[in-house]
Amino acid sequence: MTIDLKTVKHISKLARISVNDEKAKKLAGDLNSIFDFIEKLNKLNTDQVEPLSSIAETTLKLRIDEIKSKNIRDQILKNSPSKNKDFFVVPKVVE
Amino acid sequence: MDNITSLSLTELINNIKNKKISSEEVTRSFIERAEKSKTLNCYITENFESALKKAKEFDNRANFKCKLPGIPIAIKDLFCTNGIKTTAGSKILNNFFPTYESTVTQNIWNEGGILLGKLNCDEFAMGSSNETSFFGNVQSPIDKNLVPGGSSGGSASAIASNLTPITIGTDTGGSIRQPASFTGTVGLKPTYGSCSRYGIVAFASSLDQAGPMGKNVKDCALLQEIISSYDSKDSTSIDFKRNNYSELLTNNIKGKKIGIPKEYRVDGMPKEIENLWLKGIDIAKECGAKIIDISLPHTQYALPTYYIVAPAEASSNLARYDGVKYGFRSAGENLIDMYEKTRSEGFGNEVKRRIMIGTYVLSSGYYDAYYIKAQKVRKLIKNDFDEAYKEVDAILTPSTPSSAFKIGEKTNDPVSMYLNDIFTVPVNLAGLPAISIPAGLDNKGYPLGLQIIGKAFGEQNLLNIAFAMEEKINFKNTIKEWWIK
Repeated sequence: MTIDLKTVKHISKLARISVNDEKAKKLAGDLNSIFDFIEKLNKLNTDQVEPLSSIAETTLKLRIDEIKSKNIRDQILKNSPSKNKDFFVVPKVVE
Repeated sequence: MDNITSLSLTELINNIKNKKISSEEVTRSFIERAEKSKTLNCYITENFESALKKAKEFDNRANFKCKLPGIPIAIKDLFCTNGIKTTAGSKILNNFFPTYESTVTQNIWNEGGILLGKLNCDEFAMGSSNETSFFGNVQSPIDKNLVPGGSSGGSASAIASNLTPITIGTDTGGSIRQPASFTGTVGLKPTYGSCSRYGIVAFASSLDQAGPMGKNVKDCALLQEIISSYDSKDSTSIDFKRNNYSELLTNNIKGKKIGIPKEYRVDGMPKEIENLWLKGIDIAKECGAKIIDISLPHTQYALPTYYIVAPAEASSNLARYDGVKYGFRSAGENLIDMYEKTRSEGFGNEVKRRIMIGTYVLSSGYYDAYYIKAQKVRKLIKNDFDEAYKEVDAILTPSTPSSAFKIGEKTNDPVSMYLNDIFTVPVNLAGLPAISIPAGLDNKGYPLGLQIIGKAFGEQNLLNIAFAMEEKINFKNTIKEWWIK
């Protein structure tokens, strides 16, 4: 299998990471060598195997949904790259 | 006392408890040494002033019942520390100040530990050489221009160069054990679910685990009993009986059955690694253990499986870095443009590579062929260990396929970099605990480590075997302090 430039551009769009043509070319090379290495898994027949998604073979525990940290709005907003009073600011999204 | 920084954690604690030294004296010693060791580039953020203040406060109201009485500790910069910058080695978090504390670090402060600062690591813990950090590579104290390993490279380098008496790292595919092996130090990756992941910058959630790194097994056992706790804030935290590992530590491992997996004898394995392994087998026998040949038939598939599962989880976890609520932002013409530029400029090459791999294997049309396939193989790898543990109590392997390499040697070839983790990755996929202990030097004088893998939740047994073998190996690191200014 080969990952071409078009595929790299498509993945970068999905991942929301812009890449220029030069970077895309380099990435295609890297991804192809990594996937060549990953393809090894195809040698293995896994038709009868159940996928393992979690190593902790218990049901995940739920906890009560309650607010524990209070009055940290200002601290949280301090981390924001752009804010206006009590709001996060992003580029305009509605016309 | 003039050799404070070279004392083990256990020795430091005894000296503080016996009032031979004060917390302030200890803290000052580590700070002074750090000032002379800037060349190593271990620290991303220093917390020295505040540490000294806390040390003085401790001395004024000393509580010797604490397990870490006034002990200064530097930690990997992947743990969120309340109000103290936490970067994960990335430009995208270079201005991030958490409003909460990770459970693991909170456990340390609750026992009297004092934060010295935050240690360098590969960006988002993705790397095996500490060369992917936005804050530059870390030098190994072992030799000039040698990598300390990764991703917990700053932690390993700081332990080996006596900049901190103990530290914590995180291990997703070998990030504690490989750097421990490269620097002649001890590193424990605990069972998945024993240390809370709350407040640790997430890389691959089904694999990530925090663990201690130290000068010897006993120090690591002590820190493990402190950081390991059930935590309702981590839904994968497991409620099981945790020991006071350091108190129950014994070198009596007579009759323990130790498995030697033939599949770890990989093609092109250097003679030195083969010899190290044989030496380890002899030492285990000397300790009274019984050696049994075992098979872990799917070992060769572990690394390809890991390079699907880990990037897939990473691509989901790192979707949160969008430049909106925290972290770096690059201006864009519209919202999407802002996201794309922020992530393109904020992440380094290795992180972007892995996000791309993860996005691809999870994308429509490829999900079954890659992601589900990898999860099925993961099941087979876990089954291998389950089978083996019907026969043996632990498994002995080399920690890495080679000793440390030079800075820049592998940066252009991602696959050769990934191969570093060939012996450590299967353990994460199966959720098992494993420890790397230093066991010898190669012909260049670089340390080599042995890995002991335990049963799930069998940290005590694992630590006992490591403790017994460590005593017989009697490893001495040969560090010439070339970096001291």
